[in-house]
Formats: sequence, C-alpha cells, structure tokens
Amino acid sequence: MKISVPFALSRFWAIVVKEFIQMRRDRITFGMMIGVPLIQLVLFGFAINADPKHLPTAVLLADYGAQGRTLLQAIRNSTYFEFVREVTTEQEAEEVLSRGEAQFVINIPPNFSRDLLRGERPAILVEADATDPAATSNAVSSLRVLMAKALQHDLRGPLEPLAGSQDPIELRVHARYNPEAITQYNIVPGLMGVVLTMTMVMITGLAITRERERGTMENLLSMPTKPFEVMIGKVLPYILVGYIQVILILLAAHFLFGVPVYGNIPMLFLAALIFIVANLAMGITFSTLAQNQLQAMQLSFFFFLPSLLLSGFMFPFRGMPQWAQSIGEMLPLTHFLRIVRGIMLKGNGVEEVVLQLWQIALFAVVVLVIGVKRYRQTLD
Amino acid sequence: MTTVVDRQDLAIDVSGMTKRFGAHTVVDHIGLQVRRGEIYGFLGPNGSGKTTFIRMLCGLLRADEGSGTCLGHDVIRQSDAIKAAVGYMTQRFSFYEDLSIEENLDFVARMFGIPDRRAAVARSLERLGLAGRREQLAGQLSGGWKQRLALAACLIHQPRLLLLDEPTAGVDPKARREFWEQIHELAAEGLTFLITTHYMDEAERCHRLAYISYGKLLANGTVSDVIQQARLTTWSVSGPHLHQLAVELRRQPAVQQAVAFGDRLHVSGADPVALETALAAFRTGPYVWHRVDTGLEDVFIHLMEQSSDKFAS
Repeated sequence: MKISVPFALSRFWAIVVKEFIQMRRDRITFGMMIGVPLIQLVLFGFAINADPKHLPTAVLLADYGAQGRTLLQAIRNSTYFEFVREVTTEQEAEEVLSRGEAQFVINIPPNFSRDLLRGERPAILVEADATDPAATSNAVSSLRVLMAKALQHDLRGPLEPLAGSQDPIELRVHARYNPEAITQYNIVPGLMGVVLTMTMVMITGLAITRERERGTMENLLSMPTKPFEVMIGKVLPYILVGYIQVILILLAAHFLFGVPVYGNIPMLFLAALIFIVANLAMGITFSTLAQNQLQAMQLSFFFFLPSLLLSGFMFPFRGMPQWAQSIGEMLPLTHFLRIVRGIMLKGNGVEEVVLQLWQIALFAVVVLVIGVKRYRQTLD
Repeated sequence: MTTVVDRQDLAIDVSGMTKRFGAHTVVDHIGLQVRRGEIYGFLGPNGSGKTTFIRMLCGLLRADEGSGTCLGHDVIRQSDAIKAAVGYMTQRFSFYEDLSIEENLDFVARMFGIPDRRAAVARSLERLGLAGRREQLAGQLSGGWKQRLALAACLIHQPRLLLLDEPTAGVDPKARREFWEQIHELAAEGLTFLITTHYMDEAERCHRLAYISYGKLLANGTVSDVIQQARLTTWSVSGPHLHQLAVELRRQPAVQQAVAFGDRLHVSGADPVALETALAAFRTGPYVWHRVDTGLEDVFIHLMEQSSDKFAS
C-alpha cells in the first residue's frame, strides 16, 4: 500500500530493528564498540604523557666534594631524572646508554667542587639518548634552569661573587644518536615496526576466518592435514610480504629522509623475521577466536591500538606510568622499536639486540601455542 | 531386515553412532552397513542428522558414542586414515572460488600427496569433461559445473568410498542425470557411495537406502524392502475439488494419509480392508478411484508423519 511513498517510516524502522538484532547477535563486535573507546580513554587519558618525568639516569660521579652532591640532589629533586644506577667508567656509561637502560648519563668530573670554588667554571657533562627528541628536550631545558639555582645555598658568604653575574657551572649536553633532534630519525625507523604490526596481524587474522566464512574450512578439515601444516602454510607467504615492507621502508628512510644507518642491516633483517613471525602468530590466533572476518579485523585493531600508543612509537615510553610501561613491555612492537632504532641510530650490536629480541620470540611462542591449541581439527 | 554379509565386504560398518549438541541429540544410535561397490541412499527431512552422521564418518565431528569401521579403519580413532581413503563432497560448495578449476584440483592433489600430480589432475579434468574450462575461476561456474568440479576433486586421490552430501541440490535435471550416470559407472568399478538426497527419482537409483528422521534410523533396505516394510495400501483418486476431499478423507480413522500428487490424490492406510470400507462412502459422483502400488514417496511421507507424531510433540 505504501510502496510508492518516498520515505515510509515502517520500512525505515524495519531496517533499524534488524540492525539492532544483528548487533546484539554479534557479541564480539558489540564488545569492541564498547571496549575500544574505553581503551582509548584509558590510554590517552592516563597513560600518555608528552612531558615525561622520572627518566632513568645513570650517574658517573668522579668528584668527592660537597657541591657535586648538592647538584645531584637538585637534579633529582627536579623529578625529571631518576637515578637508576651509578657507573664508574666512560665505557660503562656508553653501554648503559646504548642498551637503553638509562636515558641520561650525568657526568660530574674529578675536582668539580674544587674547580667550582676556585671560580674556574667547571663543566658537567650530560649525555642524553636523543633518539626520541621529544623524550629528552624538556628534561634538558629543565636542567639549565636548575643549574643556576642549585648552588645558591652553597655559594654564600665569601663565595657570594661566584653566584653572581655568570653561571658558575658550564653545562655541556651531548645529544647522542640524533644530535640535531630530527624527529624523522626517530619516526621513520619506528614506522617499520608499526607497518608490520598493522598489516601482518590483520592479513593473517583474516586468513582462517575467511576459510570458515566461505565454507572452505569444512573441505580443508576433511583432508588429511595437521594444524601446524595449515598454520605455517598460511603464514609463510606473508613473511615475504613483510620483508617487502621492510625493504621499502629502509629504502625510503635512506633515500627520502636521509636517516643514517650505523648498524648491521643483515642483523636488522633477522630481527625483523622474528618480529614478523610474532605478529603473524598473533593474527592466526585472533582468527581462531573470531567467528567472521569482521571480528578478526576488530580484534587486530584491538591489538594495534595499544601497540601504537604504548610502545614508545608516538609518545615517549618513559613518560608513561608504570602500569602502562608494563603492558608496553609485553608488546612485541616495543622491543622491535628499540631494536630498529638501536641498530639504525645507535649502531647497536648483537648483544643489545638479543636483549630485546628474546622477548619478542617469547611472545611469538606463547601466542602460537595458544593458536595451535585453539585451532580445532573438527567442526565441533 | 538386513541380510547378513561378510564383514570384509563392508565399506561402512558402524553401530550406535550418536552425536549430541548440548541437550539436543542430533544423531541417535544409528547403525549402518554399506557393502563395497554399493550406492547407498541416505534420506530424511532437513535437520534429521544426515550431514552430522556423514561428518562423524569422516572425522569432521567427534562421535559421542558409537563404534565401527570405515574401510576397515576405526571410525573413532583412525580418522586420518579414513580421510586419506574417503572422498567427501560437502553440501555447500567448498572449493576456492578465487582459484581456477585446475588450481583447485592441483591444490587437492597436493594435499593428498598424490604421486605424479600433474598427470592425475589432467586425468581428472579429462574424465569429468572439465578440460575445456580448466582456467575458469571456480566462483564463475554455474551450479552444475561447480558440482562436477567438486566431484572431480573428491575423486582425485582415488578414494574407495565417496560421501556425497546432497550433491545434486540446485543442479538442473540434465546435469543431474549425467551425474547419476557417472555415479553408476564409478560404482561398477568398485567405488562405494553414501549419498544424501531429497529427490525420489534419485532414491530409486540407489541400490539400497536408509531413511532417518530426528536422528533415528526408521527404515532401510532396497527400495522394495522399504516399501514392503511400511505395509501400506494405497489408492489413487482423481476428480474435482481434491483438496476438500482430502480434508474429509483425513477424518477417517482408516486413512493414514491423503497426499496430493499433481491432479490426483494418494490415499494410504495400514489395514487394506478397513481402508476400502472407509473409502466406499466416497466412491461417488465424479471421483475415479484406482488401487495403486504404494510408492517410495508415499512411504517416506508416512515415515515422516509417524516420526513427527512420536518425537516432535
């Protein structure tokens, strides 16, 4: 009767009702619609901090005078720096930085206090891991302000003139690994990890759900094949795809953005292999959880979002609260970013790489075991 | 009911097969013996458990109860051995639509580890008349051709038993006839078939058949066995307003069913004398009555009515 009406309320309402019914039936999708905004809220609201404080700092103290200690105390009180260890040699300081154990090494040279009292303007040296310029810049600028005030208490009476006109101390900051603080040097190598995470998890996430959705799964299961053969068989082609992405980004990094490469490229390729496998394993496991391709997509987004935000790609890792850092430590992207930036910008070697790589490998093994267990060989 | 045969001659020999999904028993203690080289029809209404039973036979579903052998392999424990020797054609087309015919066959051949794969694929293309379309994508094929491809893929590893789940659904009559010719040819070569179908003409082409409903086996044997077991007497009547006549006939206790077959009505009952007496009142006016042989379809409708009375209420 109403066929000729251009807009019939009953027809429109029929669609609305149908959509709601379908939404209610698809639990995972519904969960995601609620869950993803919640995660975003928590991550953006609580975890992310563009002004990172409590940055791990190592101290190389070669001076035994009172003023050196006063200065360190003042630095600590700024809340930008957290002293995590004391090193005794330049060599050790170097290692701590390249491994990423500390973001800064504060070096107070021998006879600092004596030179200060003599009015010789002694220098303190701050070595900063500046791969991520955003993570260090605020701390460094706070240091400059702090220097002037720190010794005001000590420089009284006969020492009064020292506190006067000129800064009593010279602050030398070495921005290591990325001296010009070029953001691209940090972002472009990191992008390799981000692109791999996004595509690898998603592509394989769809791989098994597609078979189920199109009905080809029943056929596949009726043939004599083992879960492991199916999984590995589905993963291998995408490892090659992953390598193409790695090569493209490396070429772009070098020729387009002029990012320096100090480390060993073959080592980077090896680390990338393990990272790719970890992400593919994640995708495969997602596809054993999801009922259809849409759900698999949503699950991979569910994984991608924290990876992007908590890995140190977009925001300084050290700036996040402890709980967020703990989650970040579990994600393969976090460790891969350290590897890529380490190899490309710091020229890290095997030792530093292995320190991160085993954690990615562990992730891959755990996730793959879950995936193989969840993959059912029957239609039950 | 079933004649005793040497167990060695049985391709399928299972008993007590049971599958439950939650509280719902989908297959309820079904036993089945299928001889080698036999075409065995498996009939029953939708949702009666035919597909579930077949999936249990080839290891796609774990049986909750039951035991037996399929091609001599234990049906519960040796599903890998069974999968290697059985061809299973799913109800829904389940090959890769974005692969060509040849690529699909090649994939299956690799999965079964067939020696001299290329030759096997070529043979299979030739045999089922697919050679001319080898490069066509499976997704672009019509129903009949898809079914041919599925059959070819099921046969490529030279199985000894084929489980075909409604192989001819959605296939035109000509393709259906050709398909059945193919089946009989293959059976003559010694291949065993278990085929589910809803078509009576197909049921009649089977050597033996079984009828299941609500997960229970209600009848089995040859076509004439099944008809005889039902012990029905059937009359055919033609004339005007058959629908009204059927309503009235169904009120008679001796009439168990009155079913429309085109422009005639089939009226069946268990007791021939009581039926004839009951019908006497209607043998008037324009109606023409004939006593006819009870057909397979009469029997199936009878079985279906009976089982729904028993289980569905």
